[in-house]
Amino acid sequence: MSAASQTGTNVPPVSGRSAVMMRPGAEAVIEKGWVRAHKWLLLRRLTQLGILALFMLGPWFGLWIVKGNLSSSLTLGVLPLTDPYLLLQSVAAGQVPYKEALLGGGIVAAFYLLFGGRLFCSWVCPVNMVTDAAAWLRRRLGLKGGKVPSEYTRYWLLGLTVLASALTGAMAWEWVNPVSMLHRGLIFGFGLSWGIVLGVFLYDLLIASRGWCGHVCPMGAFYGVLNKTALIRVTADRRSRCDDCMDCFAVCPEPQVIRPALKAVAQDHPLILDQDCTSCGRCIDVCSKDVFRLTTRFDRSES
Amino acid sequence: MLALGVGLYGAEASARPAEAIRPPGALPESDFLAACVRCGLCVRDCPFDTLKLSELGDNVATGTPFFEGRKVPCEMCDDIPCVKACPTGALDRELTDIGKARMGLAVLIDQETCLNFLGLRCDVCYRVCPVIDKAITLELVHNPRSDRHAMLLPTVHSDHCTGCGKCEHACVLPEAAIKVLPHKLAQGKSAEHYRKGWVEREAAGGSLIGEQQQLPMRGLEDRKYGDTRVAPGYVPPAAQPARPGGIDSGWKP
Repeated sequence: MSAASQTGTNVPPVSGRSAVMMRPGAEAVIEKGWVRAHKWLLLRRLTQLGILALFMLGPWFGLWIVKGNLSSSLTLGVLPLTDPYLLLQSVAAGQVPYKEALLGGGIVAAFYLLFGGRLFCSWVCPVNMVTDAAAWLRRRLGLKGGKVPSEYTRYWLLGLTVLASALTGAMAWEWVNPVSMLHRGLIFGFGLSWGIVLGVFLYDLLIASRGWCGHVCPMGAFYGVLNKTALIRVTADRRSRCDDCMDCFAVCPEPQVIRPALKAVAQDHPLILDQDCTSCGRCIDVCSKDVFRLTTRFDRSES
Repeated sequence: MLALGVGLYGAEASARPAEAIRPPGALPESDFLAACVRCGLCVRDCPFDTLKLSELGDNVATGTPFFEGRKVPCEMCDDIPCVKACPTGALDRELTDIGKARMGLAVLIDQETCLNFLGLRCDVCYRVCPVIDKAITLELVHNPRSDRHAMLLPTVHSDHCTGCGKCEHACVLPEAAIKVLPHKLAQGKSAEHYRKGWVEREAAGGSLIGEQQQLPMRGLEDRKYGDTRVAPGYVPPAAQPARPGGIDSGWKP
């Protein structure tokens, strides 16, 4: 039966583009082995969970290396870190924060401006794990359809949350921000705010593919603005080896960023310079031809 | 639209239940909600686990710090670590003397159940008050029920009460008769133009409108003008025999 169906549909063994039933990245697993085909994903999960663990060591084991949460924290009693998007809302609402918060916000903003703002989204933000899970499940269940808002929605929201903060005199987005709610919830207790996180998960699963992080979240938009000068960038420097399997497009949280670099559309170098790219490295993992790698924004070489 | 909706929803949600008290030094609520980034550093540095961050469902702006005096009151640390921990200024570092904190105002809200108002000597709120004899005093008043005892009425003074909540926490009743409330609920406010005659007279060293004609007051002709005090056993010249006093006087509060 299986032999008959194989000959009938003429499916070659493992490689080849007609293996449409294969999941994205399956070929990379066969070619490179499971670990190499999940290298950046594993490193990202380690980083995300590691940062979360630093915050949890205090409340769980009394080891106070980091106090606070992603909104504002104090590391080893000396290093203040504050989310610059929250500070922006606070200033818009008419407050002048103390110098600790301004310094902390400056450090965070400088780090992300230098290395890449959306590194926050894929390497730090706890909601990334929620939306990645939703995207994974959506692919596994083969869910299609829904209604995806414009990818510019987030930039409108970014502007409007700052405006709303100015108009209402309170940090407008913090009434609903699932990012700070999830992180704070894990450290200090959720109450009912897990419902908002569940809402994001269901939204991405059922309504909009990659909807939250890629289209709605104004925090991601804020870090996207800081991402314009990102030092760390993905390059498709071996794009000549691309066999159009589309696996990178399937797993990429911002698929629109790949085409200019991979297919030389409106640019000739192979660097992904789009500010929406989060440098998550998933395209590197799932590519069986090793087309992509992480490099700096100055490396425009092609091989 | 969404952002504006969120903002308006926020304005709705910023109404805080009266029993939720902000930490010492907290800016007025509207400024507080613009300054507090909800990081919880004040909560972490509170040595008595008084403060907690509100969770969605607590009806306090989600993620902001508060405490409930009846559950865990503020211990009024001399060094005010929560204020020092705040990176944004939502807790104002101008506050260096915890005695000047104004987190709320204690109000002896139920005189029908307060044991001292029933003529008993509970005094617990007075005893536990960190600013005893200033923020809460016991005011000696005649007990008309027994007509032969005193009542010592716990009385809160707003110029000293910090709103720490220890009195509310310690009240022995199943539901506290003394509660810490936000100043907005606890206090009235005189109109700007009100002047107290006796204060003005004191300041001016005499009546501002000159000497007044003094009319005799029936039954007090032998007294100095304005002296209406009644000495024990004093019977006004023209008075009828008084009602029977004492336990059987029939007086009800």
